[in-house]
Amino acid sequence: MIRVQNITKRFGNYPALHGIDLEIQPGEFIALLGPSGSGKTTLLRIIAGLEFQDEGHVYFDGQDVSDIPVGKRNVGFVFQQYALFRHMTVADNIAFGLSVRKARLRPAKAEIKERAQELLRVVQLEGLGDRYPGQLSGGQRQRVALARALAIEPSLLLLDEPFGALDAKVRKDLRRWLRDLHKQMGLTSIFVTHDQEEALELADRVVVMDHGRIDQIGTPEQVYMEPATAFVSHFVGETNRLPDGRHIRPHDIEIVTAASGRGEGQLLVDNVFRKGGAWRVEGRLHGSETIVEIDVDAHEPPPGIGQTVAIAARRARTFALAEEA
Amino acid sequence: MRRHAPGTESRTAQVLLIGLALTFLAFFLMLPLVAVFSEALKQGVRPFLDAVTNPDAFSAIRLTLIIAAISVPLNMVFGLAASWAITKFSFPGKNLLLTLIDLPFSVSPVVSGLIFVLLFGAQGLLGPWLSAHGVKIIFAVPGIILATVFITFPFVARELIPLMMEQGKDDEEAALSLGANGWQTFWHVTLPNIRWGLLYGVLLCNARAMGEFGAVSVVSGHIRGETNTMPLHVEILYNEYDFVGAFAVASLLAALALVTLVLKSVLEWRFDLHSGASH
Repeated sequence: MIRVQNITKRFGNYPALHGIDLEIQPGEFIALLGPSGSGKTTLLRIIAGLEFQDEGHVYFDGQDVSDIPVGKRNVGFVFQQYALFRHMTVADNIAFGLSVRKARLRPAKAEIKERAQELLRVVQLEGLGDRYPGQLSGGQRQRVALARALAIEPSLLLLDEPFGALDAKVRKDLRRWLRDLHKQMGLTSIFVTHDQEEALELADRVVVMDHGRIDQIGTPEQVYMEPATAFVSHFVGETNRLPDGRHIRPHDIEIVTAASGRGEGQLLVDNVFRKGGAWRVEGRLHGSETIVEIDVDAHEPPPGIGQTVAIAARRARTFALAEEA
Repeated sequence: MRRHAPGTESRTAQVLLIGLALTFLAFFLMLPLVAVFSEALKQGVRPFLDAVTNPDAFSAIRLTLIIAAISVPLNMVFGLAASWAITKFSFPGKNLLLTLIDLPFSVSPVVSGLIFVLLFGAQGLLGPWLSAHGVKIIFAVPGIILATVFITFPFVARELIPLMMEQGKDDEEAALSLGANGWQTFWHVTLPNIRWGLLYGVLLCNARAMGEFGAVSVVSGHIRGETNTMPLHVEILYNEYDFVGAFAVASLLAALALVTLVLKSVLEWRFDLHSGASH
């Protein structure tokens, strides 16, 4: 089990993390989700031992590793820009962690080679062992970086924005592949992302961070359906903020007939377009400049642009004012 | 008026600019270079060879090589250490260190030489203590080495700092996370990443170490056969109206410069090729 206790970190005068507490169970796949500057990468680097906290402790299986450097924590770290050694072949990159071991802990040369080949198979790059990183595509490099991290048989896998530098299609494939790999290996993993979709799709639990604090820890379902703060509600999924203080998801607003008497407000429709399996209706709330977005079932006819329709909330949330800031 | 895409000037402007640059190069670089070699060989090959193999010239060449052989490796290590510290760590006084590295470039070489005379000379700060212990620095080889090391310090560091900054520290952190120790990280990861830049810096450092006149002149004492380096020897011969001798030794220095330039071009070509392949 990984336990992070009351971690505080500042860079000069800039407070990066305030009193972070977090517990991670063996085999969990955790996403640290937040905008840039939220402290998510700093927290990941502190867990890795690449950065050291000003206050607080990190425990691996009950052992305090707070002062232990990265090389002795037995963690696999995958860097956002891969950080592959460009002058080494792919196979040598993967074998690096084993080759630099002390003589008495180092497997025989042939064994290291065999292990590198095996990992190349795991990341589906068989036959590319003699290439150089510069000759690979972004997605292939990312998988080499992962194989290299796995070669040392880490007890914890840490990934910093693992798909950040890839284009959308590759990102999606790699995401699915990583999820399957995690299922197979059951290795405790933490990844950092600013992409809520990525976090919701991959993680067992999502840790939503903002301004160096954790706003919410929960399953993707909890974080999406029961956001703990206004920030979480707006950062994870889309949310309309109404002048009366309510926060409503686009799919939780319905267009009702005037006759039903359920209308809570009037919306002047500015734009209608298709978004996935739904119509996205954008408009301004009557009597204010508040822009409201609504998802309408694609099987229903959408309202016309310029029309005024009555709307009602199916489900709304309010948050304490202090959290609105 | 005709319009040009940005970066493409009119034909006349192109010809004018290229012509100007070439004329400048011809007058200020090519002509002097040709002059050095033609003056050296004015009276034929024989006097040239005599001047170069003369015992005093020979000793100057030897001393110059020794000085370079000591100061260049030292500055390679210092330059590496400084660049490493500046680019891979953050610490108080980093900007000051960055400024100090440039100091030898901004101070007149004569002043640099004088600093050492003021420190180690007979009337200097440490002079009495040194002479009491029988250590001779000024007007001796150690002084020349000190002055040369000081003058040539920035070359390696200046070459490496931008390169290492651009490369960041991800590779080093990756190596450390995989369990490599500091030395393994340096040897297997950092050094291969910077090898061409390092070689280039060493080359420039070497060229200056062999060619430095001002600072070395102040600390050397010009003792023939003992503390004369090649540039100093050229000056002495010239002042004695031995033009063939002066230009013969000068042509050796010029040849060294040419070799350095060729090597530098080769390295730049390899460097481009190398970094091109990794992106």
